[in-house]
Amino acid sequence: MLLAVGSLVAMGATLGTVLGIASRYLAVEGNPLEAELLALLPGAQCGQCGFVGCGQAAAALARGEAPVTLCPPGGKAVAEKLSKKLGVKADLSEHEDKGPQYAFVQEDLCIGCLRCANECSTDAFIGAPKQVHTVIRENCHGCAKCFKVCPTEAIKMCAVPVTLGEWHWEKPGSHELH
Amino acid sequence: MKIFPVRGGIHPDYRKELTSEKAIVPMPLPRKLYLPLQQHIGAPAEPVVKSGDMVKKGQLLARAQGAVSASTHAPTSGRIADVAMVTAPHPSGLPQLTIMLEPDGKDEWAELPQPLADPFAASSQEIRERVAAAGIVGLGGATFPSAIKLNLGSQNKLETLLINGAECEPYLTCDDRVMREYAAEVIDGARIMAHALGTAKIVVGIEENKPQAMAAMSQAASAFPNISVVGVPVQYPMGSERHLTQAITGLETPAKKLTAELGVVVHNVGTARAVHHAIRFGRPLLSRVVTVSGGAVTEGKNIDVPLGTMVSDLVAFCGGLKEPPRRIVNGGPMMGQPLPSLEVPVVKGTSGILALTADEVNERDTQPCIRCGSCVTICPCGLVPVEMAAFIRKDNLDGAAKLGVMDCFSCGSCSYVCPSHIPLVHFFNYAKGRLNEAERDKRKLERIKTLAETRTTRLEQQAQAKKAAAAAAAAARKAAAAASENPDNKASV
Repeated sequence: MLLAVGSLVAMGATLGTVLGIASRYLAVEGNPLEAELLALLPGAQCGQCGFVGCGQAAAALARGEAPVTLCPPGGKAVAEKLSKKLGVKADLSEHEDKGPQYAFVQEDLCIGCLRCANECSTDAFIGAPKQVHTVIRENCHGCAKCFKVCPTEAIKMCAVPVTLGEWHWEKPGSHELH
Repeated sequence: MKIFPVRGGIHPDYRKELTSEKAIVPMPLPRKLYLPLQQHIGAPAEPVVKSGDMVKKGQLLARAQGAVSASTHAPTSGRIADVAMVTAPHPSGLPQLTIMLEPDGKDEWAELPQPLADPFAASSQEIRERVAAAGIVGLGGATFPSAIKLNLGSQNKLETLLINGAECEPYLTCDDRVMREYAAEVIDGARIMAHALGTAKIVVGIEENKPQAMAAMSQAASAFPNISVVGVPVQYPMGSERHLTQAITGLETPAKKLTAELGVVVHNVGTARAVHHAIRFGRPLLSRVVTVSGGAVTEGKNIDVPLGTMVSDLVAFCGGLKEPPRRIVNGGPMMGQPLPSLEVPVVKGTSGILALTADEVNERDTQPCIRCGSCVTICPCGLVPVEMAAFIRKDNLDGAAKLGVMDCFSCGSCSYVCPSHIPLVHFFNYAKGRLNEAERDKRKLERIKTLAETRTTRLEQQAQAKKAAAAAAAAARKAAAAASENPDNKASV
């Protein structure tokens, strides 16, 4: 019996030491899932999800505290990718997707205060003090941060129009096929 | 010449006899022409005229912009009525910017560029510039700007110019009639293109159900030993660039590659004729031959139509409709797309307008798949339609992409043979659209990310510079103060 107890104690001690060393030297810093989720998010730090930036949002997603539909500018595409990564089934049909949007400056209302340009996280604004501003559409991802700070409501959020080249057929009717 | 076998394909009821014996007739000028700025693959052209301008026939209306684009010219003389949004000849029914031209009935030519005295002495570059200036695009239906395709010789070693006269789509007879009536023009255009490409050999591929076209083309080509006119088997989709190349050379074009990598460039017969007009007479592309056919049309015809003619005018010229059509198709019945209405213009890529009756459309309810494998047997690209459709139905687009859905060119053979009437090609069109969209979104996301990162670094640098400047200023102040007060004070150290 002593032999059995002794060998078990020896095994426990050895394995414990090995695990202790491994946990020290092979430790993974941070949650690797966070980095992967961060890569899927737009990275514009717009804060529309309620978190300070995309990093915090990714951390919350990794902890399972935020829904995959949290990113409004990312829309359905990002939600789908997140749900695939996290292996959660998200009901995207309920998810209200406004489609891609862009900010548009109504020139007769703009007073040239530059608040929108300072707010924009992707430098999509062109403008100088007391000059009418405008948005470079390709650089705008519709986070609507500028929309909130404009003192004269000169900024309008518009839906990105579907062009002939981008249009595609809808999915055929959902009959039972197979 | 040895013809190599091509896998798969189908043998639909061709119904070409409806219009194949009808000679090409010119279309009288309609009251108004509608010229969309995008009649080609690539960036839309930029209008150079405005409402109220008077233009002459052949005058430039919209200039090509960007690397891949094509110009548009006035098909007749008249006044520009407006530049506005008009429904595009596209299944979406979306509008696009269109130049409206009211003909003045004089049909006066503008001053055209001098024709090239000897095109075979001209440089390849010169021919390409002329073809680009004439706004010529692939008239087979793909509408890729031809000048760019004529530049393939600079990157690849080319051997053969393949002139595509297969016309494998049922109903369509416009290429057949062009070859029968204008064989010499097609051959001359082909020789000019071969010169620009630097290919020694020209092969004209014609499906064997067009013996008159073959005879006419052989006769026109008889003076030139480097041109061979060959008959290819009647097998849809023989007119596909890749499949015709395979039939002629025996080589299969790799996925996502061009036939040019096999040393072959394919151009349509109509394109060859347009090149002939552009080089020999300096005429831009102003009209094209369109087949109007189908059971609902009073009299099917092959018509030389000025670009921008409304489809409704075209149908009226054919005596109108006998009965309400079930569907109006732009192009052939296999790959053509339904039109939203008759009030859309004929554009450079319109090869046919078909008014099909309910019988011809043959719509049936979809039944469950019986796993017969017909679609796998006939797929000319060697794909597995049944599996791809199953993935797409379950929204697993990546699964379908792995099976090669992006290599499907939507010939529709699978939908045609499916005994359960599963709209297979519709699934693939949807999947390809969604995958392209995802690709675009990904690029946009990357762009946004780079922009946001650049801004963050810039702000950090600015903050640091500010801090450093402030610190330097503070140090300078302190030093100055210490120096003026007491040089020996410890506080100044």
